[in-house]
Amino acid sequence: MDLDPSTEELAFRDEVRDWISANLPPELKDKVVRYQSLAKDELLRWHRILAARGWVAPSWPREWGGTDWSVAQRYIFEEECGYAGAPQLPPFGLAMCAPVLVKFGTPAQQQRFLPRIYRGDDFWCQGYSEPGSGSDLASLRTSAVHRGNHYIVNGQKTWTTLAHMADWIFCLVRTGSDAASKKQDGISFLLIDLATPGITVRPLVLMDGGREVNEVYFDDVAVPAEQLVGDEGRGWTVAKFLLGHERLNTARIGISKRELERLKEYAASQRKGGRPLIDDPRFRDKLSRLEIELIALTMTNLRFLDRFRTGGAPGAEVSMLKIKGTEIQQGLTELMMQAAGPLAQRVEAYAGMDDDDRMMALLAPRYCNYRKTTIYAGSNEIQRNIIAKQVLGL
Amino acid sequence: MNFDRTEEGRQLADSIARFVERDYDFDARRKIVASGEGFSRDAWKTMADLGLAGLLLPVETGGFGGGAVDAMPVMEAIGEALIVEPYLPTVGLGAQFIARAGTAAQKERILPAVISGDVTLAFAQLETDARYDLAHVATLATQRDGGYVLDGEKRVVVHGEYADILVVSARTGGEAGDESGIALFLVERRAPGVAIHGYRTLDGLRAADIAFDGVRVAGDAIVGDARNGLPLIEAVVDYATALVCAEAVGAIRYANDATLEYLKTRKQFGVPIGSFQALQHRMVDLYIEYEQVKSMASLACASVDSEADPTARKRIVSAAKVRVADACRRVSQDSVQLHGGMGMSDEVKVSHTFRRLTVIAQQFGDAEHHLERFAA
Repeated sequence: MDLDPSTEELAFRDEVRDWISANLPPELKDKVVRYQSLAKDELLRWHRILAARGWVAPSWPREWGGTDWSVAQRYIFEEECGYAGAPQLPPFGLAMCAPVLVKFGTPAQQQRFLPRIYRGDDFWCQGYSEPGSGSDLASLRTSAVHRGNHYIVNGQKTWTTLAHMADWIFCLVRTGSDAASKKQDGISFLLIDLATPGITVRPLVLMDGGREVNEVYFDDVAVPAEQLVGDEGRGWTVAKFLLGHERLNTARIGISKRELERLKEYAASQRKGGRPLIDDPRFRDKLSRLEIELIALTMTNLRFLDRFRTGGAPGAEVSMLKIKGTEIQQGLTELMMQAAGPLAQRVEAYAGMDDDDRMMALLAPRYCNYRKTTIYAGSNEIQRNIIAKQVLGL
Repeated sequence: MNFDRTEEGRQLADSIARFVERDYDFDARRKIVASGEGFSRDAWKTMADLGLAGLLLPVETGGFGGGAVDAMPVMEAIGEALIVEPYLPTVGLGAQFIARAGTAAQKERILPAVISGDVTLAFAQLETDARYDLAHVATLATQRDGGYVLDGEKRVVVHGEYADILVVSARTGGEAGDESGIALFLVERRAPGVAIHGYRTLDGLRAADIAFDGVRVAGDAIVGDARNGLPLIEAVVDYATALVCAEAVGAIRYANDATLEYLKTRKQFGVPIGSFQALQHRMVDLYIEYEQVKSMASLACASVDSEADPTARKRIVSAAKVRVADACRRVSQDSVQLHGGMGMSDEVKVSHTFRRLTVIAQQFGDAEHHLERFAA
């Protein structure tokens, strides 16, 4: 066992770090570290900078623009991006739709969509959850009836992240009859242009006041049949592939490391009883336990990567990284808000407020917003179900 | 970065597994604990013959020159099988002082005998009111006739009752709590003036309170510096702390395996209780504790082996001990809870693992102590 990074890994990390520091626009970084939300053109700006360098889709096959990096290199890259304060690119096109197309798409579909995703020409979103289908995703009811050269889609998707920015949505739809023996049968994976007539996108405002998720309604939407991915009725296989798809950075270690440093700086700048808050034993113990959990998770993440390197397929490991990673992210937002004290109640800026006060006004909304992390992408309870079944055999 | 075990490491793990299977199942352990000395000299000899005592000692004294990382499989096995023989006191503590700071004569006299299993050691450090403060040494070492006279009382000296040689911390100057003025002395257990009161500890091991009343030792009984022994004590205690973290990995693995097996076999309401989601999720959390503890134990062992900066080493070892102590409490308490009434029974091994985990949580400093040191 050797826990030190290899010379090659260190050289690669330095190369990535130097490149990010030279190419990440300061105004984007500033917004990220100050917790401001990014507009679509800002996300795409970073996307295109990465694409120009050839680094926007490291895990894709080489022929479509992948980098052929090792598992360790991909992880280092993601951790460095997160730590540096680079915008987090939405995963829907790059990390979700694209791997599905590579695995299940026809050559024509790959040719049509992959280069556009790579260049940032199309902005994608994910149509999975429905009002009656959250954790029990396979109970979904949005229907797609094959008629001539089209599927006619009717139904509703919800919690659709960034649908208001997106050009396309990939959807799980029901093509088989409800009487199918298993509810997982009769589901299909369909690509839908959001400009198609009959689609309505409505915002769902969250408790942090931000617009991030939407409801998407489909009313007799005609989708060309060549936009079906994989076989009709086998969409659940595609969905499962996506769930199990290598997510090396589920734990978001780099971002949490940056946030932890920020929390320490911030807590050192706040005073309690005339002394820095960070020296208050009650606050300090909470902070230390969170930091120790992050140290442990960093090492656990590396141990799991090592398993993938030696050929193991990521499975329930990803579930554990999700559970612990999101608990740490939430813990950081909670302590940051605690560090701000009563001033955290201010959630609006006013003219003349200085930058630090403006940042402070975003802490409570951020705390609210981060409650989503233990709910989305398979709630942490669903992740525990997965571990119970796959690892423990319960 | 590479987490693979070496070929030697795999062979070592295999030979320990065979030893446990042959000589150290739960019944065998129970008999050993109930025996007169509370440990088995035969088992200790076997462990020495397997090379376990030599594993962590220098090549020039007949050892293998391994580090804490190499000892991880040994410590995990000790935790899993609840082995009570004095590996940690002898090899993880006592012999480390001599190997790191002893004179050539001390090494030659003691280490080969440790490696062969003929001599065991114990570290007499703790005193009343010291809690986990290593500088809180009040036992006096007064210079006389070219040697020293020791006066004072030590508490909870693990294996202190039967160790052939005690490594005793005592003050050559200053007052309890001072960082300077501490030295380490080798004291024969049977030396005049040494009064030993042995007892059983919660985990089934044996320890002793030891009084030193005008105990005379020669000038060459000092190990290391006569006035500045604290850095050595801290380094060796950190080393032993990393080892005990690895022991916790094995103990937690056993507790989890046993609990999982119980969930799958115990039936209530006509079904295995493991089919209940309330219990499944608790079991998953115990599995997560195991993975996190394994990570921290690896990190701590790597740190005590290779970290040259004591401040950085202390920080990592304390981080590990906080995490391990928290996990020890959670896993021990939940494994008993999930076993129901069976978990309370002395008949069931998991209740013994509970007791060892409870002791590990405190050994060399509890979570609160190490939280303070981590943040310092």
